[in-house]
Amino acid sequence: MTNRVVTDRVVTAAQVWAALEQVEDPEIPVVSLVDLGVVRNVQVEGDRVHVEFTPTFLGCPALEVMRDRMAAKIAELGGEPDVEVVLDDSWSTDRITPAGREKLRAAGFAPPAPRAAATPTLIQLQKGFRCPYCGSTETRLDNLFGPTPCRSIRYCEACRQPFEQFKTI
Amino acid sequence: MSERAQRLLELADDELVLGWRNSEWTGIAPSLEEDVAFSSIAQNEIGHARALYELAAADLGTTADELAFDRQPGEYRAAPLVELRFVPDWGRTIARHYLYETADEARIAALKGSSDADVAGLAAKIDREEVYHRLHAEMWVDRLLASPDGRVRLIDATRELWPYALGILDDDLRPTWAERVRERLGVDLTNGDAIARGAHADDWTALWDEMTMVRRSVPGAQW
Repeated sequence: MTNRVVTDRVVTAAQVWAALEQVEDPEIPVVSLVDLGVVRNVQVEGDRVHVEFTPTFLGCPALEVMRDRMAAKIAELGGEPDVEVVLDDSWSTDRITPAGREKLRAAGFAPPAPRAAATPTLIQLQKGFRCPYCGSTETRLDNLFGPTPCRSIRYCEACRQPFEQFKTI
Repeated sequence: MSERAQRLLELADDELVLGWRNSEWTGIAPSLEEDVAFSSIAQNEIGHARALYELAAADLGTTADELAFDRQPGEYRAAPLVELRFVPDWGRTIARHYLYETADEARIAALKGSSDADVAGLAAKIDREEVYHRLHAEMWVDRLLASPDGRVRLIDATRELWPYALGILDDDLRPTWAERVRERLGVDLTNGDAIARGAHADDWTALWDEMTMVRRSVPGAQW
C-alpha cells in the first residue's frame, strides 16, 4: 500500500500569480494586471484555478479583455480557469503596485496621487502634480476627463508638454 | 418583482438613459475638452448601469442586456429628467448635469450604508467615479454663474427642470438636497410637485427606438 498524495495540483497559486504578472493591460501594455492590483486572490483546487478579479472603472471596455486574457493564461498552464468578477469596492488606484507606478511614469503616464481621506476638490487637482517627462511640478489641470475613464489631461508649463495622469479613485 | 430588483432597475435605467443623453454631445460639444468629458461621463454612467443591471438580473433570472434593451418603453423606470433631449442647448445640459449629479450623490450615499452587502459595495465603487462627475458639474455651475448671460441661462433652465429633478429622489432624501441646490445657486425654488418615474417624457419613445434598434433588428445579438 502506498501513501498517495491527494494534493497533486496541476499548478500552484504561486505559478498562477507569476503567469498573471505576464498578462499585459490591454490599453496600457507597459503594466501587467498584477501591477494594476486587479487580481485580488488566487485559489487552486485540483485542476480548478479560481481568480478574484476586481475591475478598475466599471465602464472600462478593457475589462472583458482582461478577464479573457487571464483565463487563457491559466488554460496555458493546464488549469481550468474560473475568473470571478467581483463588483465590490475593493479596488482603488492605491492598489497599483510601486513597480506598476514606476512603469507608468516611465511610459509617460503620471501615476495617481494616493487616496486621501476626503474626496478631492477641484482646487487640489489644479496644481502640484509632477510631469512624467521633465519632473517639474509646474503643471496644471487641462481636463478632468481624458481618452479613457481612468485618465485626466494635464499640461506641463515647464516643458510645454500635455500629459495624461491617472485619476485617483 | 422584488422591491430590491425594482429599485436597482430605477438606478440602472437612470444611468443608462442619462449616459445615452450625455453621449449625444460626442463630436459636437462646445469645445474639445467637453467633447471628451461628456463622452467619458457617458461611458462611466453606462458602465454603472451595466453593473446595476447585472445585480438585478441575478434576482430576476435574466441578463443585463435583456434588461437594458429588451423591455417595452413603458416598462423602463427612469426619471423623466434624464429622458429629456437637450442637444444643442448647453445651459439646460449643465443644469440637468448639476441637478442629477448632486441628487445621485445623496442617493448613492444612502446606498453605501445599505445592509445589503452587494448593493453597498457596488454603490461605494460607483461613488469613486461619480466624484469626478460632480467636480465637473460644479466647475460648470461656477463658470456659468460668473457671467450675466450664463447665470440667466442656468437659472432659467434650473427653474424649468426643477419639477423633473424632484422626481429623482425619494421623499426622505429630497429636502436636504433641495436646500443645497437653492443655496448653491442662490435662487428660490419651491418644492412643489415632482414629475415622478413612470410619467415618461415625450422625448423618451424616440430614444428607446434608437437605443433598442439593433437588438430588435437581430434578436439575441451579442457584441
